[in-house]
Amino acid sequence: MFATKLERPPPPGITIVKSDNLEEWQMDIQVLDSNPLYLNQIYRLKFTFSNKYPIEPPEVQFIELAPTTETPRPIPIHPHIYSNGIICLDLLSSAGWSPVQTVESVCMSIQSMLTANSRDERPPGDKDFVSYNRRRPRDINFFYDDDNV
Amino acid sequence: MLEPPASDAFTTPPLTRKRKAAEATLVHNETTAATEASVALSPAATGTPASGNSTRKKLRSAEQDPGTDSTSGISGSFSVPARTKSTDLNTPVSTTMESDEDFMSIGSSPDDFLDTQGSDVESLDDFGDDFDGGFSKDKDIIATKRKPYEVESSVLSPEDIRQQQNVQINEVSSILKLPPESSAILLRYGRWNREKLIDSYMDHPETTLEEAGLGANTQVNPRTEKIPGFVCDICCEDGDDLETYAMRCGHRFCVDCYRHYLRQKIREEGEAARIECPGDTCNIIVDSKSLGLLVTDDLKDRYNALLMRTYVDDRDNIKWCPAPNCEYAVECPVKQRDLRRIVPTVQCDCKHYFCFGCTLSDHQPAPCVLVKMWLQKCEDDSETANWISANTKECPRCHSTIEKNGGCNHMTCRKCKHEFCWMCMGLWSEHGTSWYNCNRYEEKSGSEARTEQAKSRASLERYLHYYNRYANHEQSAKLDKDLYLKTEKKMTSLQSQSGLSWIEVQFLDTASQALQQCRQTLKWTYAFAYYLARNNLTEIFEDNQKDLEMAVESLSEMFEKPVPELANLKVDILDKTAYCNKRRVILLSDTAENLKNGEWTFNVDW
Repeated sequence: MFATKLERPPPPGITIVKSDNLEEWQMDIQVLDSNPLYLNQIYRLKFTFSNKYPIEPPEVQFIELAPTTETPRPIPIHPHIYSNGIICLDLLSSAGWSPVQTVESVCMSIQSMLTANSRDERPPGDKDFVSYNRRRPRDINFFYDDDNV
Repeated sequence: MLEPPASDAFTTPPLTRKRKAAEATLVHNETTAATEASVALSPAATGTPASGNSTRKKLRSAEQDPGTDSTSGISGSFSVPARTKSTDLNTPVSTTMESDEDFMSIGSSPDDFLDTQGSDVESLDDFGDDFDGGFSKDKDIIATKRKPYEVESSVLSPEDIRQQQNVQINEVSSILKLPPESSAILLRYGRWNREKLIDSYMDHPETTLEEAGLGANTQVNPRTEKIPGFVCDICCEDGDDLETYAMRCGHRFCVDCYRHYLRQKIREEGEAARIECPGDTCNIIVDSKSLGLLVTDDLKDRYNALLMRTYVDDRDNIKWCPAPNCEYAVECPVKQRDLRRIVPTVQCDCKHYFCFGCTLSDHQPAPCVLVKMWLQKCEDDSETANWISANTKECPRCHSTIEKNGGCNHMTCRKCKHEFCWMCMGLWSEHGTSWYNCNRYEEKSGSEARTEQAKSRASLERYLHYYNRYANHEQSAKLDKDLYLKTEKKMTSLQSQSGLSWIEVQFLDTASQALQQCRQTLKWTYAFAYYLARNNLTEIFEDNQKDLEMAVESLSEMFEKPVPELANLKVDILDKTAYCNKRRVILLSDTAENLKNGEWTFNVDW
């Protein structure tokens, strides 16, 4: 019943950092083109799986590792990514999720979300959201109003 | 049927019935088997059954011919459809059916009305978007039947709602020659606007099916299958014994995953009408047949309950009764756009009165928009701000808020040390020697501050005037309600003390209910009046309000008398109750008439 379909090596730009249990995985991703916003940067994604995965979407967000550490991992700048790492992506909501999705396909979607972006900005209201939000990503009602980025 | 014939005759005015009848007849013409048995007398119904768009149009034009056997033997209401009809005949036939009005009027000839009277297919459910509330152009008809502030409505039980859905699904199913489960998906997609849906389907069947999430493939009977060499895309399970299922889109998953998926959608996410295929980016909707094959009965019940909820949510003319634990819905033809001209208060079978427009409890005579503004105003801080500006001043330099609680006019701001005169708000240094006695009224900076303050004061005073009365009635209604709870006790003790029978003490119950209702109305008259501009109509309104208020207060007073006196007061209380009710009717009628005719002038834009 439970499988994540990463039997073959992950696609370029995606590496598994941590997959030793079935509650939380960590993945490193980087963009493959020369988008100046994300050039030569590696970002870390955290996947949290509920026991209903893959019927229910996993919780996916970027996590930050300080620049002073061995493996610095910033939060990528993007109009749909809050500075606390929360991603506004309809694919990750229960309405947009399909059980056929995998860790790999999610990583690739986020990769392409970064690649396609040229706006050097955070979502509107980022500051307020980051300081007041105490909810988990799955409980936030995003409005997926912007299909351009 | 939605309601027993007797109550139908009572609640449904001829106009509506006529329209419904017209719809029913039209449907009859369009369908073959579905409604055949129901229309007994219809001369039009003997026409060739047809399903194509063009034939429907022909039939529609045919219906324009004046009826031959129209009016004989039918009571007074008949002159009305006839009159409406004569104007309708001038209306050109709409070929696209985009105009609802056209459709309605064409169908509404007297013989149609005759046809379906007493038949089984009244399609009460079907006025959909085609219904304009019945008061716009036919108010003379309605006025004779109903008080100006009343609206037509009917209460639907869950069973009624289920039947309404099924009737429509079956109708569409037989018109479009699609299986019922597909018609259901189509109807939900089209928000139950049958006419638009049928037209859209007739014009572009494939696009419509596609957009509704049905796909063009024909439906086979759903069944699970074992496919050798199959690997489930969700759980990666394989094995030749694995039961699998796919809808017409061909996305195949093992039955176990499908079940988990459906359970998750129905139980956890409360989704029913738009559950899509689990496949990535596949928009095919899971139909009820597939669902029935896959899930357990308890989940099916939940699914159906959710569908019913979506149905009511989708229909603009049906709303759930907001009372706690009430499972009824109320159907009312008043539309959102009519809310400027009418306050549609309806009563549920659970006795709860509520506004169909906003589902708040009865707020006649104030229209929904004003009610919303008023509640907002009472809730937010705008009046706090008003108090602040009426009772405090700002330091002219740093704008700190200062409340003067004594001392002379020479102010030194504690924050910025600015020195100014409290009276004129001007610089203290300009006061020269005339300390403590400001005579500098002509100073511009000062006079501006003063007029602003006066305005704030006046506005606050005005608001408080209305708010206090509004709140007072709200409070009194609560107290009266407590009293009402004691009424029963009172009635029992009155029976034993005065030897009156149970039926003879019912007047207390009646009085209590009248009190509640009148207080509710009075309360909202104050919110309404707050937004009224002053003119002669307002004067009349205030007189009516005063009359009702005085009557209510004196009834309230009588009602509170000790039990032994109540028996002697019976006639007075009965009289006063009747009087209160009458005053309420007068006030509401007057207000509703003026609202309908756009006579009121308001001091706000809405």
